[in-house]
Amino acid sequence: MMQGEPILKISNLSKRFGGLVAVDDLTFNVREHEVMGIIGPNGSGKSTTLNLISGALRASDGMIVLEGQDLTVLPPHKIARAGVARTFQLVRILPKLSVIENVIAGAAFASKPRWGGEAELFASALLERLELGDKKHLGVDSLTYIDQKRLELARALASEPEILLLDEWLAGLNPSELQIGIELISRLRNEGRTIILVEHVMDAIRSLCDRCVVMNSGKKIAEGTPAEVLSDPEVVRAYLGDG
Amino acid sequence: MDILISGLLLGGTYALMAMGLNLQYGVARIMNLANGEMLVLGGLSAFWLFTASAVSPLLTAIIIAPLSFIGNWLIYRYLLLPLVRRSKNQGQLEVDSILATFGMSFALVGVMVSIHGEYFTYSYLADPLSVFGSTVALNRAVAFVAAVAIGGALYFWLNRTYAGTAVRAVSVSAEASGLVGINVDRISAFAFALGGAVTAIGGTLISTFITLDASIGVLFTMKALIIIIMGGVGDIRGAIIAALILGLVETAVATIVDPGLTLASAYVIFLAVLLFRPQGLFGRRTT
Amino acid sequence: MKLAEVRNLAVGIVVALLAIAVPLVSDGYWLSIATTAMMYIALSTSWALFSGPTHLIALSTGAFFGIGGYLVGTGMSDYELDFWLMAAVAPFVAMFLALLIGLATLRLSGVYFVIFTLGLAEMIRNLVSWIQNNFLGSRGLYVLTDFTDAHIYWMLLAVAIVVFLTGWWINRSRLGFALRIIGNDEEVAKHVGIDTAWSKVTLFMTTGFFAALVGAIVAPRYSYIEPNVVFSPQLSFLVVIMALLGGVHRLWGPLVGVIPFTLMWEAITIFFPSSTTLFLGISFLLIVYLIPNGFVGMFESGLARLRR
Repeated sequence: MMQGEPILKISNLSKRFGGLVAVDDLTFNVREHEVMGIIGPNGSGKSTTLNLISGALRASDGMIVLEGQDLTVLPPHKIARAGVARTFQLVRILPKLSVIENVIAGAAFASKPRWGGEAELFASALLERLELGDKKHLGVDSLTYIDQKRLELARALASEPEILLLDEWLAGLNPSELQIGIELISRLRNEGRTIILVEHVMDAIRSLCDRCVVMNSGKKIAEGTPAEVLSDPEVVRAYLGDG
Repeated sequence: MDILISGLLLGGTYALMAMGLNLQYGVARIMNLANGEMLVLGGLSAFWLFTASAVSPLLTAIIIAPLSFIGNWLIYRYLLLPLVRRSKNQGQLEVDSILATFGMSFALVGVMVSIHGEYFTYSYLADPLSVFGSTVALNRAVAFVAAVAIGGALYFWLNRTYAGTAVRAVSVSAEASGLVGINVDRISAFAFALGGAVTAIGGTLISTFITLDASIGVLFTMKALIIIIMGGVGDIRGAIIAALILGLVETAVATIVDPGLTLASAYVIFLAVLLFRPQGLFGRRTT
Repeated sequence: MKLAEVRNLAVGIVVALLAIAVPLVSDGYWLSIATTAMMYIALSTSWALFSGPTHLIALSTGAFFGIGGYLVGTGMSDYELDFWLMAAVAPFVAMFLALLIGLATLRLSGVYFVIFTLGLAEMIRNLVSWIQNNFLGSRGLYVLTDFTDAHIYWMLLAVAIVVFLTGWWINRSRLGFALRIIGNDEEVAKHVGIDTAWSKVTLFMTTGFFAALVGAIVAPRYSYIEPNVVFSPQLSFLVVIMALLGGVHRLWGPLVGVIPFTLMWEAITIFFPSSTTLFLGISFLLIVYLIPNGFVGMFESGLARLRR
């Protein structure tokens, strides 16, 4: 798929917690239809970056602009309505709602809200595509781990987001589930979705990402295709230690 | 000047009571709405022992502390711990513990009304004492000194001893404390029991200069909660300053405007805290 | 789905018709109990609209109820205004107060909200007494109307029906769905685009509205209004107990709790007048430890076990 214009522009973004600088002067763009990976050692500020974009945290400095709209100081629900959807590092599904209601939750309050019969049809179709069709009226406590992950993804997709944030979506899957998971995301990529992926699984990064940002101690230390950044000496040093 | 002195003296006793609730909420994660009744129970014991056999309230405080410790330990172990285990998340625990401690609060009020349904009126050390040129009742000053001593001991214990450090660790993160080998259930039960004991002592002290009755507990619970929120949950230093502020404001409003408006003035403070510093006086704003 | 709705509607209409007929077959003592029960049905059902899905225990019913009663009292007694005018104004005053309280507390952790509402009735009572004593002169407030018990009963029934219809409508609306999501996981709710603070405030205002309306309608029952009577903290707790006893995850749950509890409460206040507080405490403990999902929850899980 051809990549388009930059739709998400992040400039000089910083986040300080007291004396700790979790994200330090971070700048990068994400183009339409692109899968952008954010990688880096533990504690390098990847998830914080995602939380800043989705509004779970508020930036100390810098700007986040989606298609010309400044998201920097907006509360999370407004950011969601502007077209940002996310999954959580530790899977968060709504325990007392049925499978299909979990998906409708994503559709009902989006920028183009769907409700009633329309929402049910839409959610059913989405569940079919994620191979959860036969489970749609079950309670969520009967789902396996990967099905819970799929459901959370379905909820995020239900808002038809401009940009999808996946926070270590592949973490915790066993090897065979991992293959299924990677295929699923690559299908989303082929549909032309714009995705930011925070990930530890290197195979996934190589096969899924068009470009990567590498972070270390809150700073961007490299940006480029997966092949480029993974051979960058500074990146290697960050991963293996200063030694 | 009179207002300043008696406000500070009142605030000192409030601080003791808030410290008790802070241990229970900050460490054991139980929003104990029966805390005020524990205080009144302390006051009732002081009144009862004083009128029946002229036992000094200060002695009662020493007697009541271990009893209240055991009572609160049993409450935590057999009534609250099952709720902690049953709840799947903090929200569920909050709702359950609020309802359960309301139940205990009403049950205790019911029992105390049947023991003594009238005001706990007695007179102990009601002599005038001159402090910096203004006159205060001796009992207020004695209660304040006792509160400072107990509060100081508690502060030292929490910050300087091994067991105290474990208690503070659980208040920061129960999960991480469990990982480093602290028995969280035991520390929580201990903190809850200790908090109850401190509150009961506060009750015996307060009863020497404020006339309590069986159903007044909820008012003290309310004040302790406002102090804790103002000071920041788990922050002892914040709670002390918040208690002094509340004591001062209440005394000022009661003297200058109307004694019937002390609760309203507490609410104004509460509202200001919620609007401007919901993280507490010394808490850091998480942006 | 559709069939169940038609059935529920039919059952609802039958129950409402039966309820309309009550004053025709009973009077005096039993009618007065039925009126009290109807008051609690309206109050606890509207309480559950907000507190059921959000799990936030609102203890403000007494405060809003008191505003309704007191405004009717002061309006009729001090300013010679019409009962209907005051009964129409009071709910909006309560709604405005609920808006302010909601904006101040519902953005923050739920505990702050509970604590704030805990002392609210008492605080407003102090404030009103103070204003009355210092500025208005401490006269009694008389609410003299020619309503009979049956009239008040029917008015309360009408309010209860409106509460049920409102609840039914909210449950089908996006607002109701939003509240359920908030009750499940507030963080997720924000990230799917729900304005959580406003959703909560809106529902809280709704319960405030109805509590004040009920307070206004009940005022003529007292004839003589005193702040100490209408701003009753105990009322807040009774409403919470009744709703939880029935079960708050169904619209008709509180109704199931109100009827037995009103009868029991009546018996307790007659035979053991000094033990009411103890009884209140024991009820709370029984609910938390033995019937956490209310009678309806107990019944439903029993039914599920039978079917298995």
